[in-house]
Amino acid sequence: MATTITKTETLVGKRIRRQEDPRLITGTATYVDDIKMPGMHHACILRSPHGAAKIRSINIQPALELPGVAAVFTGKDVEGVGPVPCGASLPGLRVPPHAILAKDRVYFIGHPVAVVVATDRYIAADALDLIEVDYQPLPAVTDPEKALAQGAPAVHPEWPDNVAFTYHQEGGDPDKAFKEAEVVVKQRITSQRLIPTAMETRGVVAEYRGAEKSLTLYSSTQIPHLLRSLVAQMLGLAENHLRVITPEVGGGFGSKLNVYAEEALMGFVAMKIGKPVKWIESRRENFQCTIHGRGHVDYYEVAAKRDGTVLGLRLKLIQDLGAYHQLLTPAIPTLSVLMMPGLYKFRNVTADIVGVFTNCVPTDAYRGAGRPEATHGIERMMDLLAAELKMDPAELRLKNFIGKDEFPYATATGLSYDSGNYAEPLKKALELVDYPKLRQEQKQAKASGRLLGVGISTYGEICAFGPSPATPAGGWESATVKIEPSGKVTVMTGASPHGQGEETTFAQIAADELGVPIDDVIVVHGDTAVVQYGIGTFGSRGTAVGGPAVYYALQELKKKIQKFGEMLLESSDVTLSGGHCVDNKTGKSVSLAQIASASYRAMKLPPNTEPGMVATYFWEPPNFAFPFGAHVVVSEVDRETGHVEIKRYVAVDDCGNIINPLLVDGQVHGGVVQGLGQALYEQAVYDDDGQLITGELTDYAIPKASMVPWIESSHTTTPSPVNPLGVKGVGEAGTIGCSPAVVNSVVDALSHLGVKHIDMPLLPEKLWNLVQQGGQA
Amino acid sequence: MKRKINLKINGKSFTGEVEPRMLLIHYLREVAGFTGPHIGCETSICGACTVALDGRAVKSCTMFAVQADGREVTTIEGLAADGRLHPVQEAFWNEHGLQCGFCTPGMIMTSKQLLERNPQPTEEEIRHGIEGNLCRCTGYQHIVNAVKAAAAKAGA
Repeated sequence: MATTITKTETLVGKRIRRQEDPRLITGTATYVDDIKMPGMHHACILRSPHGAAKIRSINIQPALELPGVAAVFTGKDVEGVGPVPCGASLPGLRVPPHAILAKDRVYFIGHPVAVVVATDRYIAADALDLIEVDYQPLPAVTDPEKALAQGAPAVHPEWPDNVAFTYHQEGGDPDKAFKEAEVVVKQRITSQRLIPTAMETRGVVAEYRGAEKSLTLYSSTQIPHLLRSLVAQMLGLAENHLRVITPEVGGGFGSKLNVYAEEALMGFVAMKIGKPVKWIESRRENFQCTIHGRGHVDYYEVAAKRDGTVLGLRLKLIQDLGAYHQLLTPAIPTLSVLMMPGLYKFRNVTADIVGVFTNCVPTDAYRGAGRPEATHGIERMMDLLAAELKMDPAELRLKNFIGKDEFPYATATGLSYDSGNYAEPLKKALELVDYPKLRQEQKQAKASGRLLGVGISTYGEICAFGPSPATPAGGWESATVKIEPSGKVTVMTGASPHGQGEETTFAQIAADELGVPIDDVIVVHGDTAVVQYGIGTFGSRGTAVGGPAVYYALQELKKKIQKFGEMLLESSDVTLSGGHCVDNKTGKSVSLAQIASASYRAMKLPPNTEPGMVATYFWEPPNFAFPFGAHVVVSEVDRETGHVEIKRYVAVDDCGNIINPLLVDGQVHGGVVQGLGQALYEQAVYDDDGQLITGELTDYAIPKASMVPWIESSHTTTPSPVNPLGVKGVGEAGTIGCSPAVVNSVVDALSHLGVKHIDMPLLPEKLWNLVQQGGQA
Repeated sequence: MKRKINLKINGKSFTGEVEPRMLLIHYLREVAGFTGPHIGCETSICGACTVALDGRAVKSCTMFAVQADGREVTTIEGLAADGRLHPVQEAFWNEHGLQCGFCTPGMIMTSKQLLERNPQPTEEEIRHGIEGNLCRCTGYQHIVNAVKAAAAKAGA
């Protein structure tokens, strides 16, 4: 029986414009705030203006008296609602109880204190001003190192040392490595707190149908199913009576990979008032109350031989956690530790994390989540080592890379890197910038007083989260593929794309496998009542874990198509090709539509075969995938202003096989620009009282089009052996590769002044001062 | 005290009473039902709410509905004519000038105005021209390509 599948046309690998775009470019997509329901009320949330305070009393009466106000709820009203969940577990982790509304104490600026529900959002906002809260302000602490100092204010009085956890990991024999080292380089390196700033803030619409005891939550989230499981627990609802719908989601970057107080709170409100309710986060709330990212103070030490061979790595990592744990807060720095050796053969490593409570909003996963911090650290350290040894930074990297024949490679941190050829993207990037010539030009430029620098970063990334044992809630992904009776194809993915473009890439995969036009395929996601349980989109896993699930569901379906084809053609020599089953002997064929129709009409069935044409597959990945790449930046610092001009940005990324190069370019560009934001512009600033100084987009500088260079993006291709598509992930790669390349270039530009390290963001003021003071700011 | 206003949105007349404090973006989205323009910041920084007011791109989150009395507003929904996409919309689609799509309606309205004022802009002029519209997904490069492509098509 011939079962070889020949494709008449392939879409995988082609630059195909997106299936999801028509609704987005015409303004007809539906985001949470676009939802309107009969009788819908609006909620506004009163939030703490203090970083730390006791609540002496709350008087909601004046707010209740405002016409149009339906209800006001405070902390004591929601005591029956379960805590905001932390999904991460570490030995000895201190988990402060995290109620959805504060009761007698607030722990950070923006901490929710009361919710007002009114017929109109203007009235709800008016009513907020009428609530009287008597606060007793308390000393706050917002800097994690200060929080660790003796006598610092206690964020949670029950833990006066402000330590939420400590965590140790080591591999090899680091003490021996440092004893035998010919050179040791040390540096304190920070990765500042960042505000993710998805262009769409969070929002929730909740609708409760009392007679059915069923609640529907529309939420701008990356994880509809996990949200359903966890909010059902919080509200004491049967999980199958809660439906979560993620309508269009306007960006997440990890900030919507979470379960937030407001999601349960709106469910609670809808159940109480018996009317639908909508809450839309303002940008100020988004900055104060949606998770932040990064927040590291890292102390690195690298041990090496004089010839540049690296021997050992030590890291003391201080993680600013904020006042609470959100879904993954304490787990994020452990990812930094896993990836601390980067692409190099460090056989001896040791790391100690201390997770610190501060009076700030919690940190959690923001694009890269732990890996940008790790990459920034190791890539800065490699440059510091190169400077110490007076070696070329490219040469030092090439000397220490894991060799292309050493995969799978077991790292000293316990990972198994799946595949790689780390020298190739670096060599390609160096060629693209004509590295030897560039160094000559730099010499001349510096001789004439110009501050021109070249920065290299070579990154590796752990992504495609991930094997289930390594994740708190399952690391698989699911897909259902249905061929409708008319032959049209519906793919339902448990991933929950929100801009990445899987409505297109998954349709490409399905169209290729079945041999149908891409327009015959639709991809459905983000509704727990429609789509089988799934994990979601984060950690560069959408295509790398969701894609194989679709692929395997299609393989199941193809077996069934084959059986029906053989039955209908009365032949055992049948091939599926171009959307038809063809009898190889007679040339007779039946279309997918005829086969699908026959499978549903079921007048006759192949032996041991059910009617219908549906297959579901839950794919468990055997390992993570590890993309890598090299970014090279040429920058110039303006002596007069301290401004950094990026003169060239070359990114050579290897994300395995590429399904849609157009979309991969988009991911790289977007990722790089978020990395650039961290390197040059962005920083969440709290003052000592806990006030968020960067509280609006007027004060927090995400890159504008004019602040961004042209990105020269290209690729090498090293397929992943972990999945049948050979794909890795690419969502976070740009962000991870970017910041060290930029900082390395600027340090290089100022190196002759004795500058060895500069912490991000590289604000003009900082650089101007360094230049003015001859490198001694 | 409500005030009566009368304005045209995407060629259709709207008459009604609004509170003087109602923002134009809320009128467009919640009264008139045009949810294409979005609210991203409420401080005039992000530009997701950009619409054309008498042909000029404005940020409708920092304008009152009463200020649009007697005037004509075009939102993203008013761009495609007879089921045919506007060339700037088509270019954003072809060039992958969007990911999550939230900034896109405003970005397209601004790009359209940019090309009306400067039909063949340089890369620098494009970047400067769309500076009042923030995008967190694309890194802007494909948006620049989209505006260039729309310009090239119009110039061809």
